[in-house]
Amino acid sequence: MSRLGVFICHCGKNIARTVDIEALREKVSTLPDVVLARDYLYLCSKPGQTMIADDIREHRLDRALVAACSPRLHGKTFAQTAQRAGLNPYLLDMANIREHCSWVHIDGAEGTEKAFSIIKGSLGRLHYAEPLEPFQSPVTKRALVIGGGVAGIQAALDIADSGYEVYLVEKSPSLGGRMAQLGETFPTLDCSSCILTPKMVEVSQNEHVHLLSYADVTRVEGNIGQFQVTVRLRPRYVDETLCTGCGDCVPTCPVVVPNEFDQGLGARKAVYLPFPQAVPAVYTIDWDACLNTDKLIICENCYKSCEAGAINFLMEPREITFEVGAIILSTGYELMPVAHIGEYGGDEYEDVIDGLQFERMLSASGPTGGVVRRPSDGRIPQNVVFVQCAGSRDPEHGVPYCSKVCCMYTAKQALLYKHAVPDGHACIFYIDIRAAGKGHEEFVQKVMSEERILYLRGKVSKVFKSGDKLVVWGADTLSGRQVEIEADLVVLAMAVIPSSGSQKLARTLHIAGDLSGFFSEAHPKLRPLESNTDGIFLAGAAQFAKDITDTVSQAGGAAGKALSLMANDVITLEPTVSEVEEELCRGCGLCASICPFGAATMSPSAKTGAMVAGINPILCKGCGLCAAACLSGAITLKGSSFRQIFAQLEEMV
Amino acid sequence: MSDGFHVAYFPGCTLKTDARDFESSALAVAGALGIEVTELTRWNCCGTVYSLDAANLMPRLASVHNLIRAEEEGFAEIMTLCSMCYNTLKRTNNLFTSKNTGLSAINDFLCLNPGYNGRVKIYHFLEFLREKIKPEQVKDMVTSPLAGLAVAPYYGCLLLRPREIAIDNPEKPEILTPFLSALGAKVIDFPLNNECCGAYQTTMHPETVARRAGRIISSAQSEGADMIAVSCPLCHYNLSALQNVTASRQAGPKAMPILYFTELMAQAMGLDYKAVTPGREAVK
Amino acid sequence: MKIILGNSHPQSFWAQKIEALSGQKLFACYQCGKCSSGCPMAESMDLLPNRVIREAQLNNAAALMSCRAVWFCSSCFACAVRCPKGIDIARIMEAVRTLQMMDGKPATEQPSCKDTGTLPQIALISHFRKFNM
Repeated sequence: MSRLGVFICHCGKNIARTVDIEALREKVSTLPDVVLARDYLYLCSKPGQTMIADDIREHRLDRALVAACSPRLHGKTFAQTAQRAGLNPYLLDMANIREHCSWVHIDGAEGTEKAFSIIKGSLGRLHYAEPLEPFQSPVTKRALVIGGGVAGIQAALDIADSGYEVYLVEKSPSLGGRMAQLGETFPTLDCSSCILTPKMVEVSQNEHVHLLSYADVTRVEGNIGQFQVTVRLRPRYVDETLCTGCGDCVPTCPVVVPNEFDQGLGARKAVYLPFPQAVPAVYTIDWDACLNTDKLIICENCYKSCEAGAINFLMEPREITFEVGAIILSTGYELMPVAHIGEYGGDEYEDVIDGLQFERMLSASGPTGGVVRRPSDGRIPQNVVFVQCAGSRDPEHGVPYCSKVCCMYTAKQALLYKHAVPDGHACIFYIDIRAAGKGHEEFVQKVMSEERILYLRGKVSKVFKSGDKLVVWGADTLSGRQVEIEADLVVLAMAVIPSSGSQKLARTLHIAGDLSGFFSEAHPKLRPLESNTDGIFLAGAAQFAKDITDTVSQAGGAAGKALSLMANDVITLEPTVSEVEEELCRGCGLCASICPFGAATMSPSAKTGAMVAGINPILCKGCGLCAAACLSGAITLKGSSFRQIFAQLEEMV
Repeated sequence: MSDGFHVAYFPGCTLKTDARDFESSALAVAGALGIEVTELTRWNCCGTVYSLDAANLMPRLASVHNLIRAEEEGFAEIMTLCSMCYNTLKRTNNLFTSKNTGLSAINDFLCLNPGYNGRVKIYHFLEFLREKIKPEQVKDMVTSPLAGLAVAPYYGCLLLRPREIAIDNPEKPEILTPFLSALGAKVIDFPLNNECCGAYQTTMHPETVARRAGRIISSAQSEGADMIAVSCPLCHYNLSALQNVTASRQAGPKAMPILYFTELMAQAMGLDYKAVTPGREAVK
Repeated sequence: MKIILGNSHPQSFWAQKIEALSGQKLFACYQCGKCSSGCPMAESMDLLPNRVIREAQLNNAAALMSCRAVWFCSSCFACAVRCPKGIDIARIMEAVRTLQMMDGKPATEQPSCKDTGTLPQIALISHFRKFNM
């Protein structure tokens, strides 16, 4: 015999409008074991909670049911109420008679009947509930930041400045990311590298930051508070400790390849520094481009020219492992390849380029020294056509979303072009102008009115070559006319997409990506900085396309989240996780193969030595997939046992 | 496609009249390459255009009749030469293979039991070449190579659009390239090779269509083409006959021979096909 | 001309008809204008293709029923393959043509069988078919 209490919430009129509360309460009070049934206008209010707590104590209730809204909304609230009243919080359950009932019913009689059925089911479930205790896990006070663009730099510095150690892993030879490639930034026209470089230097000088460049995170095990991380350091073939950054090796190198930092517009040698302000300021040999192979040394020019003796052709990849308590993902973005939109001819015509390539042209340190020259013949283009939404907002051929930054950077690029080529003509094809940031609309207005840039409202249909010109077929839907332009250069504002390694990284980290491949946040509104795996946070364009301002804000926020985690010595975790009854397990491994969080694993049983399943309670999210899949019924999800679920169903149907 | 190489040939209206050269050259080429082609004994107009009215099934019946007859005559595959016939038959057939409620209505209307269910496959001749014939085979059979001749393949609309019936990349078609190369020709890729010629607007608005045609021809010419190869009788007409219309001349192109791709193949392979219409023979 | 929109107005009458006839989602169109940009016949049209869709969204019967542009559409499907929203605009053009035919007043002259000169059958028949003949 248990002593059950049922509390029914009116939720103002939200529930009471459709459900006859009084009739419901009376009916519920007749159910077996129910010693108390009450209703209240707002149970979540302070007096409401006090009433529940008082009743639990006064009536010595050993189980309580709150029939109100979704537990997603107030599950925690009432769990705390139970705790205060001395009742194990897992012996208080919620019956959702709002979202599941009153909101979806118009007819009062139907609504009341359904509410009763929901409550009856929940009581059945509550009958088999067991008291559970949260458990604790230690926190390693060290963080990992993956991706060394402005997001990763900001997050690493914020963590380091708070006195915590942080590993910053960057896959390319230098910090800097996309921001280092940009010319000037909207809407203030700050020189991008001028404001970024000091931060990069700060990283290299901060004793709390361990910078691992030219490196990849290859394995992450463990869980919030204690992740074991393996990083593979690719060989630079240049000893970082010996290289002075003098650059004497470069002129002697016979190999010339396109420079990825210039988006392929410029060239570099096989031994190279990506850009003059690179951090670390050490050279790297691009082994794929170098004439030498692991088996055969053909060319020793750089080796001979290096007075510091830093060149080492025998260098091998190295793996290091360390433990961290929190991880921040800041792996950034890239642009959809121009070839993706066939009708714009990006794969055929050299003078059809993307927005990042144009940035490199505008950059004083770029391949053209800041002079706008078209790639095909080096001429200064007199007619430049910018095409926005190239691949964005195009579910049929590209991505369905708006890439968010293109309206602003295109306006900026048109302005910078006009400043560079005052007698040149620029026009911008757009669909809508999205300039919602601080100072953004004003900037676009300035570009229109003061720079006299012609904005044409329409999406371009085709770009093709005619002689040495590019013909652009567009439309101006405002005047209702087709537009044809003979251009010298066409700049496509290609869609922003997640950087190419992010899918693989998501698998390494057991975290989810959204449909477009960006890392998913735990909640779109209320937990935008967290991934769906505890202890892994998101910053910058890895989560979704965003500008520098938003990226830096999010990076600071993610660092704050990591810091507040690391401020604890231990963390408390929910006990509603899966548990294996070893004797029943047949060792099939199905649970391990379907667990999305890597929590279910197979290992030999301590008792019998046979392979059996085990659940790491810290990794387990309590989704119940393993329990549902288990062929022998060996797995129980605590708080949602089969006995509970069947009892609930039996009572309802 | 079956390996038997035995397919039904659906000619369509114009192949028997204005485009006789297209038919005779194509059949000669197919024969030489070992593709056995049998003309359907009974066929009617394909409907010419695929009706875009989603609600009205009646305009589909002309095509359906042909599909049913092919099946009755024991063919699993239909080959067309005319791009328009290909488009119309293929799209109609797709109605039967996609989940479409109109299917049973058509079968009921025609009192068919069991109904037609989309079993017949529709191909354009170019698809047969791509799938079954290696360009080297063609090359081996060339007796008078088109050396020194710059040929621009023109694809127009109906082999490429809409996407679900496209025989090639709609924005960058190149299905003809390896075969024209095999004939020894220099293949000219020009950006307007997938642009519409103006189609049936030629009946009422020849000047407009002539302007379009002029622009297409100019584009091919500026890329260095000596002639244009087509696969649609309507494109053929619009690009060739309208060269005399003033508007076309104003667009600037010099006279440009327009040939069916099969004519080029037959001539290079030294095949004797039906008497060449005066003015059509360009390879000398 | 002012468009009056309101609850008392049978607002979506024409829009619904066009959606039914064409099988296309009219309101998926966000008026990017790409259809108009690449339309081979646009220079002869009184309304660009995107505008035809817009008038349909606005339920503007007068504009639709007097629109000559739909008769210039050559059904080349350049718009359809490039539309970011996967709308087959050629089908919408056909729907408007059909409505004009039902109304008995197509906004075009019909082709005649006389004086066809050297025109190939394929041209004549495909044109006639646009009149549901």
